[in-house]
Amino acid sequence: MRLPSWRFIRMWQRNRDVFLRLWRSIAPGFIFEPIILLLALGLGFGHFMGVIDGQDYIYFIVPGVIASYVMTSATFECTYGAFFRMEYRRTYDSILATPLNIEDVVAGEIFWGATRSLVTATIILVVAALFQLLPSPWVLLVPVVAVLEGVMFASIGMVFVSLAPSIYSFNYYFTLFIAPITFFSGAFFPLDSFPEAVQVVSSIVPLTPAVELIRALVQGEFHPGLLLSLAYIVLLAGLFFFISMVAMRRRVID
Amino acid sequence: MAVIKVQKLTKNFKDLVAVDRVSLEIEEGECFGLLGPNGAGKTTLVHMITAVSLPTDGDIWVLGKDLRKYPRRIKAMFGVVPQIDNLDAELTVLQNLTTFARYFDIAKDEARRRSMAALNLFRLEGKSGSRIKELSGGMKRRLLLARGLINNPRVLILDEPTIGLDPQSKYLVWQKLRELKGQGVTQLLCTQNMDEAAVLCDRVAIMHRGRVLALDSPKGLVERYVGPKLLEIEVGADQRDSINQELQSRGLDFEDAAGTIQVFHCDADRLAQELEGLSWNLWPRLATLEDVFFRLTGRALVE
Repeated sequence: MRLPSWRFIRMWQRNRDVFLRLWRSIAPGFIFEPIILLLALGLGFGHFMGVIDGQDYIYFIVPGVIASYVMTSATFECTYGAFFRMEYRRTYDSILATPLNIEDVVAGEIFWGATRSLVTATIILVVAALFQLLPSPWVLLVPVVAVLEGVMFASIGMVFVSLAPSIYSFNYYFTLFIAPITFFSGAFFPLDSFPEAVQVVSSIVPLTPAVELIRALVQGEFHPGLLLSLAYIVLLAGLFFFISMVAMRRRVID
Repeated sequence: MAVIKVQKLTKNFKDLVAVDRVSLEIEEGECFGLLGPNGAGKTTLVHMITAVSLPTDGDIWVLGKDLRKYPRRIKAMFGVVPQIDNLDAELTVLQNLTTFARYFDIAKDEARRRSMAALNLFRLEGKSGSRIKELSGGMKRRLLLARGLINNPRVLILDEPTIGLDPQSKYLVWQKLRELKGQGVTQLLCTQNMDEAAVLCDRVAIMHRGRVLALDSPKGLVERYVGPKLLEIEVGADQRDSINQELQSRGLDFEDAAGTIQVFHCDADRLAQELEGLSWNLWPRLATLEDVFFRLTGRALVE
């Protein structure tokens, strides 16, 4: 297997420059949507939910909103975005004729996806802070988890890109993978409300450990099981990162 | 030493053999043309040479270095102008060039300087802040050429660089390519434009169905396969047999194609005089690379 070099930063810079030109038109998705969701669910829905785990519902879902939008930010970038660049714009072809190899391009995409996750997490945190929804100083470590979670979902997305026959394939990815795991992750309601069998599924979907870690940091309450959550994210991120290198080389170069 | 040496290069896509054991050597400073109909394997060959596509079999050496082992170092010497427009539509004209310069680790100030110079070279200096969608097709092609020069390449690889250009733009591009050759830039040019190959290339390889059928200078190809001058005879329906017989009896090399018979490798002017009494509609003319192309690849559509 070939590894990416430091040149991945060139792909990252390219994506950043495009983002800086376009961010106004994509802002609704990563700024307003999470804020609206947070306030609508938290204040509106929360009124009927009452108290969960000893706190108002809006406090409960702040970490859930962060974790799920961190996931979708990286995922959009490394599914529709990457596929569009690869198949329609032929951006990869132009870059591969320079000293960058396919591994640099893919790593650049993944770390850019993680950067989008970081931006999204930061925006939601700032809004949550303005509404005084962040009780613990440990919240300052949430961006670290956001980056890890971003690398994980970006890498999983890139593996799917390497397999996708057309851009419509991503409808399946979002409907059958992203949407269910959002609900099985404990992001918007506690996992213990599920039957036991579903709880087993919940414990292995990759969003769950991210929700647990971010919730612990936001609330400042820790338990040893969190180390396992962290290890799980790192393991999945690393595994899919390397699979994406091999799979994308096969897709693009062979 | 050959700048690019390709040995028994093969590329298979499932059942299709796109490039079939092609061997070529491209010398320093020459303009080498790849001529062939659609699907001949030109683009696939170029993709392999630029490491965008992996060969199924065979070797590629650039200045004595194995492309598989040193892809980055080799690609750093190449300037590639693709057949399709893969400009960054979300970036400005200038950003397209500076972003590309960054892939080659060219420092910011230098990248800007070179980008402006490249825009000047292709008369795009007024468009530096424009968006890509504001450019005409010809401007996009010229921008692709400017982008291919951003790293001062030692080897320029061009896939149909003038396709869809108006005559003025085409002339500008040819002129620039000639200037670059004068500066010692080796060129590999894929084209379907016979004039382009004849005007620009020192040597031309004619490709068909993944193989190289002939390789020589444009003049050499014409002399070898059709002769410098040929005679064309218009064929009326009732004349075909008698013309064929007459030409056969004279032992001439000729081909009957779509209402016109072409006689190759003949002293066309003298033959025209000799045949004058037969009241055929005939005329001698200079042979071109296109005649060679048709002789070697046939007149049927290839798809």
